[in-house]
Amino acid sequence: MSQGLRTASGGRINRARPVRFTFDGRELRGFEGDTLASALLANGVHLVGRSFKYHRPRGVLTAGSEEPNAVVAVRRDAARVTPNLRATEVELYEGLEAHSQNRWPSLELDAGAINGLLSPFIPAGFYYKTFMWPRRAWQRLYEPRIRAAAGLGLAPEHPDPDSYSNRFAHCDVLVVGAGPAGLAAAQSAAASGARVMLCDEQPELGGSLLGEADPGASLGESGREWLAGTIRGLLANPRVTVLTRTTAFGYFPHNLIGLEQRLSDHLAQPDLKQPRERQWQVRARQVVLATGAIERPLVFPGNDRPGVMLAGAVRTYLNRYGVLAGERAVLITTHDEAYRSALDLRRAGATVTIVDARDGASSELAEAARREGLTVHTATTVIGTRGRLRVKSVQIQKLDAHGQARGATERIDCDLVLMSGGYTPSVHLFSQSRGKLAWSEGLQAFLPAESPERVRCAGACRGVFSAAAVRSDGESAGAQAARDSGLTVNTVIGEPQPVQSSGAAAPGDLPQPGGEPAAKAFVDWQNDVTSRDLLLAAREGFRSIEHVKRYTTTGMATDQGKTSNLNALAIVARQLGKSIPEVGLTTFRMPYTPVTFGSFAGYSRGELFDPIRTTPIHDWAARQGAVFEDVGLWKRARYFPRNGESLHAAVARECQAVRSGCGLFDASTLGKIEVVGKDAVTFMERLYVNGWTNLAVGRCRYGILLRDDGFIYDDGVVARIAEDRFHVTTTTGGAARVLAMMEDYLQTEWPDLSVWLSSTSEQWSVIALQGPRARQVLEALVQDVDLSAAALPHMGAATGRICGIPMRLFRVSFTGELGFEINVPADYGLAVWEAIHAAGEPHGITPYGTETMHVLRAEKGFVIVGQDTDGTVTPDDAGLTWAIGKQKPDFVGKRALERPAMHSPERKQLVGLLTAQPHVVLTEGAQIVLDARATPPTLPIGHVTSSYYSATLGRSIALALVRAGRSRMGQTLYVPMPGGNLAVQVTSPVFYDPKGSRLNA
Amino acid sequence: MLLINCPYCGERPELEFVHGGQAHIARPANPAECSDQQWADFLYRRDNIKGLHAERWRHTHGCGRFFNALRDTTSDLFLATYKVGEQPPTQAQLKGATA
Repeated sequence: MSQGLRTASGGRINRARPVRFTFDGRELRGFEGDTLASALLANGVHLVGRSFKYHRPRGVLTAGSEEPNAVVAVRRDAARVTPNLRATEVELYEGLEAHSQNRWPSLELDAGAINGLLSPFIPAGFYYKTFMWPRRAWQRLYEPRIRAAAGLGLAPEHPDPDSYSNRFAHCDVLVVGAGPAGLAAAQSAAASGARVMLCDEQPELGGSLLGEADPGASLGESGREWLAGTIRGLLANPRVTVLTRTTAFGYFPHNLIGLEQRLSDHLAQPDLKQPRERQWQVRARQVVLATGAIERPLVFPGNDRPGVMLAGAVRTYLNRYGVLAGERAVLITTHDEAYRSALDLRRAGATVTIVDARDGASSELAEAARREGLTVHTATTVIGTRGRLRVKSVQIQKLDAHGQARGATERIDCDLVLMSGGYTPSVHLFSQSRGKLAWSEGLQAFLPAESPERVRCAGACRGVFSAAAVRSDGESAGAQAARDSGLTVNTVIGEPQPVQSSGAAAPGDLPQPGGEPAAKAFVDWQNDVTSRDLLLAAREGFRSIEHVKRYTTTGMATDQGKTSNLNALAIVARQLGKSIPEVGLTTFRMPYTPVTFGSFAGYSRGELFDPIRTTPIHDWAARQGAVFEDVGLWKRARYFPRNGESLHAAVARECQAVRSGCGLFDASTLGKIEVVGKDAVTFMERLYVNGWTNLAVGRCRYGILLRDDGFIYDDGVVARIAEDRFHVTTTTGGAARVLAMMEDYLQTEWPDLSVWLSSTSEQWSVIALQGPRARQVLEALVQDVDLSAAALPHMGAATGRICGIPMRLFRVSFTGELGFEINVPADYGLAVWEAIHAAGEPHGITPYGTETMHVLRAEKGFVIVGQDTDGTVTPDDAGLTWAIGKQKPDFVGKRALERPAMHSPERKQLVGLLTAQPHVVLTEGAQIVLDARATPPTLPIGHVTSSYYSATLGRSIALALVRAGRSRMGQTLYVPMPGGNLAVQVTSPVFYDPKGSRLNA
Repeated sequence: MLLINCPYCGERPELEFVHGGQAHIARPANPAECSDQQWADFLYRRDNIKGLHAERWRHTHGCGRFFNALRDTTSDLFLATYKVGEQPPTQAQLKGATA
């Protein structure tokens, strides 16, 4: 197909550079500088998509980012398919492959169009009313079918091969929008020496001026020169950053603006090594919003046929792209500005009939139009259109003196309909800044009022429309912004221009015969919402505009209702008998236009998605074939299978080795905090439940930390290294929050204490050597510490050297066996580990993982904070009252423990459980009930917190929190499971060596 | 993302900080003398202010210090930040600072 609708000359396209592209497989041609939409129109293609709900044929409505209809997928390869792009923004490149969406089998013959015939039966809220029963059908039947029938494009199924960049930036003045207001603002701010950033969503600077036949001429005398000079000056200024193809998509607190810069989507062959998009987070001292205004469609029956377009868009296609969107046009308007489109179209050779719903309001313009040979109908409404895949005619009717559609009707044949209901200022970003909006009766629009942010608006987005005034307004805003950013401005700063207050059309729908609401008069094109849907919602009792929005889905599509919101609001307000400001606006949310998920992820993909923490012994464990588990960000060896062992077999073997010989465990992930200072012991006394004054240097103690509400927060062994120095260990996951809590109390409650806190978690490697032969293994490597039970008893601590490396040695045990924890500087962790492993080989030393560690400690009834406790467990609940220093006047959590509820005998207490069938292992988290015949719903009296198979005991064991558990020793309780209730017997939580003789060996 | 003026380091983005709840709630010097109600109030009762709110922040990924801030909860604007142990600026002082 030839580009038959191209004008002979003019426009900003490069006619010397033809570009080939395809749409639904059809080969077409355009020019460099085209958008997909302008190139399609040049080829006479108006039908570009099917609507969301009724599958109605749809064409290009606008020429910008507000486009609701012409939404397409662009495909480069199987992985790089971008759905839901606005054809009005897609820049043409050689070989571009575009596809229409939401149609089957083809765009021209779409089976889904049956929904259009059924439209009387699928009004607003149809889904809520109809698909109510049976409930299960929602998941299996209704939702998949509805999603298939309605909807937009499909996401690609392959991982995104493109890369996305993130960048932070700071500036004095950020100007959003590079139309006349934005350019003037950027120029005047830059002239004051400000660091300026200027962004615009289009590939070229100029904004609305790009749609003029002679850009700049409308700015007045030497306007063209000003435009060219300003752009040149900004691009050459090293203190000005100009970002084109960049959308300011969100306004965040304290003048943080999110910018999305599209770097390569317009290129035929993007460099895959370069990012596709760059997301900026700009912190600006001052922001100038020059976001312009969006033309409002008119609401009349059949206003959605392909070939029905916004008047300003038709003019833009003509002037900017050299495309005549049609040859026999009808302009429907309630607004003066649209006459310019009619006149431009007439000059390009089209016939134009003007239908103005106003009565004589534009007599001067009407006369000018008539002088140009145009037919003008005033006080006339539109009551229908015809044409299946393209508009063919418009049905008009005269309005009487009361504005009622009662007069003569007439049919006008056409191939193009222009419509204009005036302009809606783009206040999206201003509103996102938590700026208040004020209704302007004169402008029939919401305008920016006060904002808590350092932001000002300029030009059409604050209701200043005439080109010359817009330029002055921008200059004023730019200079004021530079001044308020703290710069000295030497020129005279002009006042903002007065808001234009006349000639504005009221939003809403056009009058229809008999005052009846029109059929198929669309308000929201993208979500297929008609004026009838809105009226129905109001009749059904919806009063809040936020509820109407959700019920009808108006304004909820990917275009966020840029063209529809004000019309919807006006229709609802009229039905409710309220004024528009009384009804109010729905929230403007970010993003202004859709933003690629990839750009939010940025570099945080794959390995960089989340950091991984590994211990110095990690690689050794990996070489031994360890299976790892994630504990927070840590990778911990869970078990070391040999010769294809199962988890069960490996854990049984590892447990056996520790209980009978010796085992080696990497405990480096333990949190470690060095508490130092002359008041260190006072600090520990106040914070932990235990007594510390009487802890001798060279001794360890099991410490418990509560919150001030009395519940267990963390635990760990604390060693006293010197009078003024404690080596505090925390749980692996609790290290950061314990340090934060310590800092909080130290800095804000007890600033008088002389204490320093340092995290040493990463500084120490911790190697646990456990088992009856542990001492023999260690003796070969340590010369300067007496390891005998007399010199270093259980809970003893010593400093010395191992293999010549400085060491803190703690005789502690989380296994119930004779055990040592060897702390060495992390850099030596692997070397010491390997030395111990080699020394232990004659003793059958066995590396074991976290799973074995869990089983061994559960056999001894040692709790794990966060597994056997859940933030509602007191020390007494966990059977740890013995740890509390009885003589202490206060510690964190003490007062809360004195509340009656905290020592109620009915509290849940830690107990052991033995299943009646010894080989059945309970499920952790399973509920516990009293009654063997209990069926849900029944009141559980507790739950299983830890459960394992103990090879040592030859049976399963479990720990549980059970209401009044310690008074139930020997009782039989029941654990309801899908296969039936399991009987369990309540026992002590210590299953193995209750006297602790092995530990003290 | 808020921009927060750490009294020790200067303006830094919010992601360097952790919010620490309402400010100027001191742990009772002698908890044993508190009634259960007083202790519960200390633990749980907090203001939920629309307007000027004194709150704690910690510059966790910076100097690590706790400090206090006056923030308007309706606009998220900080009127002042000040060190632990200092009293919040008075209305008159705030007016003097912004004038």
